[in-house]
Amino acid sequence: MTALELLTWARGPGLSIALAVCAFGILLRLFEIFGLGRKADLSRPRDHSPGSGWRTIVSRSLPPPGMVKQAPVTYIGGYVFHLGFAITLFFFVPHIELVRGLTGLSWPGLPTQLIDIAAVAGLLALIAVLASRLSNPVKRFLSGFQDYLAWLLTFLPLATGYLAFHHLLIDYTLALALHVLSVELLLVALPFTKLFHTVSVFVSRWYNGDIFGRKGVAS
Amino acid sequence: MAFDEPTIAEILRRQGISRRGFLKFCATTASLMALPPSMVPAIAAALEKARRPSVIWLSFQECTGCTESLTRSHTPSIEGLILEQISLDYHHTLQAASGEAAEAAREAAMRENHGKYLLVVDGSIPMGNAGYSTIAGVSNLDMLKETAAGAAAVIAVGSCAAYGGLPAALPNPTGAVPVSAIIKDKPVMNVPGCPPIPVVITGVLAHFLTFAALPELDDHGRPKVFYGESIHDRCYRRPFYDQGKFAETFDDEGARKGWCLFKLGCKGPVTYNACATTKWNQGVSFPIQSGHGCIGCSEPGFWDMGPLYKPLSMPIAPVQMMVGAAAAGGAIAGAAMAMRNRAAKKSAQAAHQKVTVEDLEKAK
Amino acid sequence: MPSTDTGAEHGNALPILNEIRHALARLIESGETTVIDLGALPLGPQDEAELFAALGEGEVEATIHAGGPSSVRETAFHGVWLLTHRNEAGETLARFIEVAFVPELLMSQAEDVADSAAALAKKLKPAQNGRTLK
Repeated sequence: MTALELLTWARGPGLSIALAVCAFGILLRLFEIFGLGRKADLSRPRDHSPGSGWRTIVSRSLPPPGMVKQAPVTYIGGYVFHLGFAITLFFFVPHIELVRGLTGLSWPGLPTQLIDIAAVAGLLALIAVLASRLSNPVKRFLSGFQDYLAWLLTFLPLATGYLAFHHLLIDYTLALALHVLSVELLLVALPFTKLFHTVSVFVSRWYNGDIFGRKGVAS
Repeated sequence: MAFDEPTIAEILRRQGISRRGFLKFCATTASLMALPPSMVPAIAAALEKARRPSVIWLSFQECTGCTESLTRSHTPSIEGLILEQISLDYHHTLQAASGEAAEAAREAAMRENHGKYLLVVDGSIPMGNAGYSTIAGVSNLDMLKETAAGAAAVIAVGSCAAYGGLPAALPNPTGAVPVSAIIKDKPVMNVPGCPPIPVVITGVLAHFLTFAALPELDDHGRPKVFYGESIHDRCYRRPFYDQGKFAETFDDEGARKGWCLFKLGCKGPVTYNACATTKWNQGVSFPIQSGHGCIGCSEPGFWDMGPLYKPLSMPIAPVQMMVGAAAAGGAIAGAAMAMRNRAAKKSAQAAHQKVTVEDLEKAK
Repeated sequence: MPSTDTGAEHGNALPILNEIRHALARLIESGETTVIDLGALPLGPQDEAELFAALGEGEVEATIHAGGPSSVRETAFHGVWLLTHRNEAGETLARFIEVAFVPELLMSQAEDVADSAAALAKKLKPAQNGRTLK
């Protein structure tokens, strides 16, 4: 199998399978989660706290006071990675073309130099948070196989994309094929690992904010 | 190729060409072979010793486009090539002889130059019914094996000979295979393209006659000097790709301004060829310069590599139906799971027994 | 196939001009000449025009008649020469930029000079025998 054949498979059947598994998994988990139901809370709410859930979505997305100083790698690394990843994902023209191919939607992209900076920042942040996870005894104790798997599955698309774009180490066609395949792995794993937070993060933040609001600790 | 034959340099000298003219010839040959100008002295030294090699050109399942391309070469011209640089002893389309006389010429060249002649092949070889393609009643497979046996090296010219090409495209009715699938015991060089650039064909021939060896090859058996870099990397429109400036249709403002054709399906990023620098028609232009994306004709199996006008990052097949069905399936499965969970909760509630302090006291 | 490119700026001429700048520095320092094959570089139609416009016209223009006409032209920058090799039919075979005090091909070649010396000697031989030279 040549690199171009691998790429063709990745763009064809591979992508179909990955997207299908991803869509199946996301719907499955969403139905499962929302279908769980909660016990009716019979107690009277402590506070009248309309909008606590919505405010929590924002407040939990910001670092609590003092925490940036206390855990700079976790917070700064986390922000830089998520921003870099999002910019690379949503504003690199070939990625927009992919979305256009799938949905018909498109928007203007950014120059490749900016994408490059975002990707490098994302990669460095990922390496930094992994190093911190490994060196910090508490974090290491709390980390399981799934955490490392999630890290690897996020790192690979960025790394292979970077190699492909800069023609480093491996032939471009092969790098592009590996890049597409690594994204497909990410898609397949997304619904069934902690990576599902891409879909559930704001839902759970809203729920936590709302329930705590009722209990008297509204944000 | 008897040794009393004159060398290339001697042939040129006999034509009254000066040393200066010879050096010019070496400089243009270096450029033709995509070698750096610093190689000119080495080329001059090699041509002093080089003799015209005997070349046998076999055409199998092909469209003669490769030969058409060869005849468009201007440096060297096809006349110059045949008269001065190679002894083209057999070529269906270009030779004057036909029938038995033609086959006799091929056999004589094979006999006289055994182990030294160069075999050039265009077209793929059918492995199905031998009758799909024959020459003088001989199947392509037999003729290739027989002629390759005494060759110094084999050059597979065009995507058909190099990778199977159009005849091998799905569903490959004739069972077409490339030269490299049959010839395993000789150096085989692939010069793919549909067709290859004229001066790339003559360039590899010039390399063989100059250095009596094939140039350095890549993993696909292609000469690195011509196929070492992608069209995209050598494209003069590359700066627009980096700036994010793309033509969206073939007649919009971007297209008129000569912006990048990636979004219109250009396969430049995954195509390795010399079009962007060597160009076509005496260096006049190449497809991208003429406003059309690269279709990737020199890559293995390019006929089956997805639509020509879809960007490389786009999916090849429509996936919406499949993804929609999978999402619906996920929703149903999720709902079923939710119902099972609820049922489990309900039955747990139903099975719940109330325990009073008295019960516990009694249990003591 | 004519070019449909109406010639937007690609900026591909600039790196070549910089390479020439470095080549000139080497020529002055060590006398090393540099030859750049324009056929090996990605140039759009506008890039070419830009490059030639930037190099301009110089003081020397020569034509070599050997295997077709080759034009040798010094650009506005002394020591930067533009060589265009053509075949008998006038088709362009190759184009080079040569950074040198004088391009190699303009100089008479030792082999040719030796041939000429012999030829001239042969021509003069009858004259020494007392006959007049035609």
